[in-house]
Amino acid sequence: MSAPAWAGGVDLPLYGGGGERETTTAFPQKGKMILQRTRPPLLETPWETFDKGVFTPNDQFYVRWHWAGIPESVDVDTFRLKVHGNVERELSLSLSELVRKLPRVELAAVNQCSGNSRGLFNPRAPGAEWGNGAMGNAQWTGFRLKDLLDLAGVKAGSIQARFAGLETPVIDGGPHFKKSLAIDHARDGDVMVAYAMNGEPLPFLNGFPLRLIVPGWYATYWMKMLSDIEVLDTPDENFWTKKAYLIPDTPGANIKPGEKDVKMVPINRMVPRSFFTNVAAVANVKASAPNALRGIAFGGDCGVARVETSVDGGHSWHTAELGSDEGKYGFRRWNANIAPIDAGTRLSVMVRCVNANGEVQPDKPNWNPSGFMRNVIETVDLVAA
Amino acid sequence: MQRFASIFGVFCAVTILGATAQAKDSFDFKSESFDLPAGERTFTGPGADPVNNNCLTCHSAGMVTVQPHLSKATWEGIVKKMINVYKAPVPEADVTPIVDYLSKGPSASK
Ligand code: HEC
Repeated sequence: MSAPAWAGGVDLPLYGGGGERETTTAFPQKGKMILQRTRPPLLETPWETFDKGVFTPNDQFYVRWHWAGIPESVDVDTFRLKVHGNVERELSLSLSELVRKLPRVELAAVNQCSGNSRGLFNPRAPGAEWGNGAMGNAQWTGFRLKDLLDLAGVKAGSIQARFAGLETPVIDGGPHFKKSLAIDHARDGDVMVAYAMNGEPLPFLNGFPLRLIVPGWYATYWMKMLSDIEVLDTPDENFWTKKAYLIPDTPGANIKPGEKDVKMVPINRMVPRSFFTNVAAVANVKASAPNALRGIAFGGDCGVARVETSVDGGHSWHTAELGSDEGKYGFRRWNANIAPIDAGTRLSVMVRCVNANGEVQPDKPNWNPSGFMRNVIETVDLVAA
Repeated sequence: MQRFASIFGVFCAVTILGATAQAKDSFDFKSESFDLPAGERTFTGPGADPVNNNCLTCHSAGMVTVQPHLSKATWEGIVKKMINVYKAPVPEADVTPIVDYLSKGPSASK
C-alpha cells in the first residue's frame, strides 16, 4: 500500500468554514481529486474540472462508497450478473453474453450524490461534507435494464427490483448496500446498465465492470459493480432502502431544523441546478470591461428549458445562451454577458435553471437533517478593481 | 479507442491501432487489480484511545474529522447508529468516553 501522494489542498466554501481538504493523486485511475475520506473512498471532483466541458473526465469523476469491502480485482471472465427472484427464468450472464445478447444503447446523464453540497447546509448536517463537486456527467453505454428483465421474464405481482454490487460490509451483520426501484421504473426503458463511461470501461472506483444508470435520479440508486438483481413481490425491507436516504415528503425536501413528525419518503428524482464555473464566489474583475460568465446547468429529471441570470437580486432575469444539447439528462453549458461595472464597485450575479417541466431553482436554501437535495440559486460577487 | 471503434469511427481503429473495427456485439473488458490507500491516520489528543479502538474498523479517521461542530446529543446519536445499525462492536463502557472526546472536537494525526 503506497503512501498517499498529497499534492496540495483546497478550501471548500462550506457553511461556517472547515472546508480545508487535501487533494490527492493516490487513487487508481484517478487524477487530482479532493480527499473527503480515504477508506472507503469519498473523492470530490475539483471545481475547475466543470469549466472544461459538459462531460466530466473519468479520471476526475467523483467517487463515493459506503463500505470498505471493495474487491481489489474483478475477473472479467468469471464475473456474472445474476437476475433472480420473482422471474420466469433465473439468469447468470457473463459480460460477453450481456454485451452480445442485449441491444447497445447510449445516454448522457448526470450522476449526483444525494448529499452533494451537504457542507453548505445551515445548520450543518453530519455525513460526507461535500462542496458542490459530488456530481458528474458522462456518456453511458450499455443496455436497457428493461431488455435484461424481459429476458428473465418478470412475473405478475412483482413490485420492486433490488440491486446489489460487489461491495461488502467489513463487519459481520453490517447491512449490505442494496437499493430498490419500483418495478415499473426499472422497466421504463430509460434505466440502463452501463459497461462504458465516456467511451472507456468504467473506472474501478466508479463501478467497473457494470453500473446501474438511473437517469434523473440521485446516485444512491446507481449501484456500482452491479452483480445482483432480485425481483421482489414484497416491499424491500433492507436498511439502505427502508431507513437510509429518506427525505421529508415536503416541497424541495425542506423542513425547519428541529421540526418533528415529518413523513419521510425515499429520495428520488433530481431537481434543477445551475452553477458558475469560470468565476469564484467572490471574483476580481476588470473595471469597465464586459464580464463573460459561464457555467453548467442540468434540469434534474428532465431537460433544461432555460438558464437565467439576474444582477438585481432576482427582480429581473435575463435568458443566458445555451450550449449544445447532449441529452436531456446531461449537463448543459450556459454563457452570459454581464455589463461592465465601475472601479471600486461590487455586483452580485445570480444564476438559475428552469427545467423542461417548468420547475425553477428556489431562492432560499432547503434544509433537512441529512443534507440532501440542495439546489438553491447560486450567487457570485464580482468586484471591480 | 479500439474497443469503441464501432461507435467512434473505424478511422481511429485503423489509423491508430492498425486493427479492424470491433463488431458492436463485443466490448474489450480487461481484468485489473488495484490497491486502495488504507488511510492510516489515528485520532490524537486526550481521550483518543477508545476512539482509535472502536472507530477505525469500517472507515478511516477522515469520516469523523471532517464533521462540523456537532452537539453532544448528535454525537451520541451517531455513535448509537454505528452500534445499532452498522453493528460496530463498541463495549458499553467506551460509549461515554467516545462521545466526550468527539464533542470536544476530534483531531487526527497527519
Ligand atoms: C461497523 C462499521 C462501523 C464502525 C465500527 C464505525 N462506523 Fe461510522 N459509519 C459506518 C458506515 C457504514 C457509515 C456510513 C458510511 C457512508 O455513508 O459512507 C458510517 C458513517 C459515519 C459518520 C457519518 C455520519 C453518518 O451518520 O453517516 C460518522 C460521523 C461516523 N460514522 C462516526 C463513527 C464513529 C465516531 C465511530 C466509533 C464509535 C464509528 N463511526 C464506527 C460504519 C461504521
